[in-house]
Amino acid sequence: MSRMITYRDAIQEATAEEMRRDPGVFTYGIDVADHKRIFNSTRGLVEEFGKDRCFSTPLAEDAMTGFGLGAAINGMRPIHVHMRVDFLLLGMNQLVNMIATHHYGSGGAMKVPMVIRAIIGRGWGQSYQHSKALHSWFAHVPGLKVVMPSTPRDAKGMLIAAIRDDNPVVFIEHRWLYDAEGEVPEDCSTISLEGARVLRAGNDVTVVGTSWMNVEAVRAAQILEKHGVSVEVVDVRSIAPFDSVTIINSVKKTGHCIVADNDWVNCGFSAEIATNVYEACYKQLKSPVTRIGYAPVHCPCTRPLEDEFYPNAIDIIRAVEAKLSINPIDLSGEDFYTYENKFKGPF
Amino acid sequence: MRNLNIELYRKLYLIRKSEDAVRRDYSNDKMKTPMHMSTGGEAICAGVCHALADSDQIMGTYRSHGIYLAKTGETDQFFAEMFGRATGMAKGKAGSMHLTAPADGLICTSAIVGTTIPVAVGAAYANRQQQNDRIVTVFFGDGAIDEGVFWESVNSACVMKLPVLFVCEDNDIAVHIPGKDRHGYRSISEVMERFKCSVFNSDSTDAEVIYNLTKDALNAIRESGRPSFMHLKYFRYLEHVGVNEDFNQGYRGRAEYEKWRARDPIETQRSKLMKWLKEGEIRGIEMEIEERIEQSVKKADIAPFSGPEALYEDVLA
Repeated sequence: MSRMITYRDAIQEATAEEMRRDPGVFTYGIDVADHKRIFNSTRGLVEEFGKDRCFSTPLAEDAMTGFGLGAAINGMRPIHVHMRVDFLLLGMNQLVNMIATHHYGSGGAMKVPMVIRAIIGRGWGQSYQHSKALHSWFAHVPGLKVVMPSTPRDAKGMLIAAIRDDNPVVFIEHRWLYDAEGEVPEDCSTISLEGARVLRAGNDVTVVGTSWMNVEAVRAAQILEKHGVSVEVVDVRSIAPFDSVTIINSVKKTGHCIVADNDWVNCGFSAEIATNVYEACYKQLKSPVTRIGYAPVHCPCTRPLEDEFYPNAIDIIRAVEAKLSINPIDLSGEDFYTYENKFKGPF
Repeated sequence: MRNLNIELYRKLYLIRKSEDAVRRDYSNDKMKTPMHMSTGGEAICAGVCHALADSDQIMGTYRSHGIYLAKTGETDQFFAEMFGRATGMAKGKAGSMHLTAPADGLICTSAIVGTTIPVAVGAAYANRQQQNDRIVTVFFGDGAIDEGVFWESVNSACVMKLPVLFVCEDNDIAVHIPGKDRHGYRSISEVMERFKCSVFNSDSTDAEVIYNLTKDALNAIRESGRPSFMHLKYFRYLEHVGVNEDFNQGYRGRAEYEKWRARDPIETQRSKLMKWLKEGEIRGIEMEIEERIEQSVKKADIAPFSGPEALYEDVLA
């Protein structure tokens, strides 16, 4: 049985069900047990499981990241939550030098089953320290799994899988996805941490998206379809390990590839995808791979500049038109996502 | 008393002689791993570890030969890892700076200063949740106190009331920088007294003194439900990394060494044993340990290296 729920509820449901199933699972981090409950994604946990299993911590991201490692070595399954990916930078030493290496450095004798949830902020003036994604940083390091689910169904199934996984998993959410609704199973079925998902089938162009950019890609595909252009949207979902096969199969079919990464382009994950496509689809490609991402600057606070900073569905539509040498579509009558519909601030 | 002192001597002698074997053979270039020697600090390693239950856990730094040998008592995997062989605990992937022995409770050592301190706090949380009565002890140098993560960890452990023993092995030198050039406070013990934990101090090189002090620190954890902090002074006999003395380098003098050497932890303990044992009996203990070390070195020297397939093993579980 499944029903329509939001991404935030999918996260909450996965966490609560896993905490019910396994007494070793616990949720901690700055503000996980306060009245706002990480945008409601940790609501009900402290009431049901108590302060020992759901607790707000001192503002000590570095120590609290290492804390998770120690608890995981000793058989617990920590879920460490960061309201913004940017705050996780304070824990990078533990994440990269300690957590990622411990299984390898112990000759495989010890495991590190832990989940680090981190949320990408955007809009309402988040500016340059509340808006980073950084998945390419984490994915660069062996020993870490990195996922970015973009649908409520994947959020629930992949979070359950991440909690049950015996490796450290960086689980990156996008603040705007929290209100997205979708069909989500009521049961605790898992979704693999190692596969891309074809969100929308098509034949003319492949758009590979990460996180929120899948929402933009699907919107672009809907509009282009009305003009006779068939776009296949592939949601990467798993940044590491990375499923190149689904992407390669799509590009072999369409001959065109646009990578829409929810991040900067320079030295970003989009380059990894593009390289995989070039290596495997050199003869099938009808045009060079196009990469779309943040402007190569810091994220500005004010809305007019923020609009220029972030890529969107229109950028994807224009890239498709360029690839297929078709005239620009008149978009004046089309609706595009605007966060003001859902999102009032201050967060 | 007699047996306690004999057991402490076994640990002290095992550490000193194992490191003597490292020093003797290091120039053969078969142990290709940066050695950070415990020599001079054996009383802390032996005294603290002997006070712990077998099931208790420890964590340390890149200078962890002493605590590894004190907690495990074994030398086969120790030397195999030094030689980079497949028979080492990490199949040669970890080396001297990352020794582990989970079955004996040594769960993490690290070459980045201060990094195992928060790991110990998390491990202590798990032990409390699991109600297994295990206590986690984390060893770190005084250089770690310069790091932010020390303060984050101590603060968190104190507010969360976790069963963890912080052991500062203070040799007053972080790499080559003396404490007076690093410390903006007068006394770390005074600072720690302001935290909600119990504080213990010693500059003894007598392992029995350290042992008894550790017992007090462990009892304080059990009684108060809060962490204990031990500030233990010692003198690092050898260079920061490597197997040689470095008193000719200008950053510290031989005179200070001679003062500490006069109360060397191994010799101090040996002379105490004369109360209970004859010279021949002490030599018997020593020769048994020496023989075991030599056997381990020989085994390590002829053990195979890991095959190329091992490179890709154990990245993910």
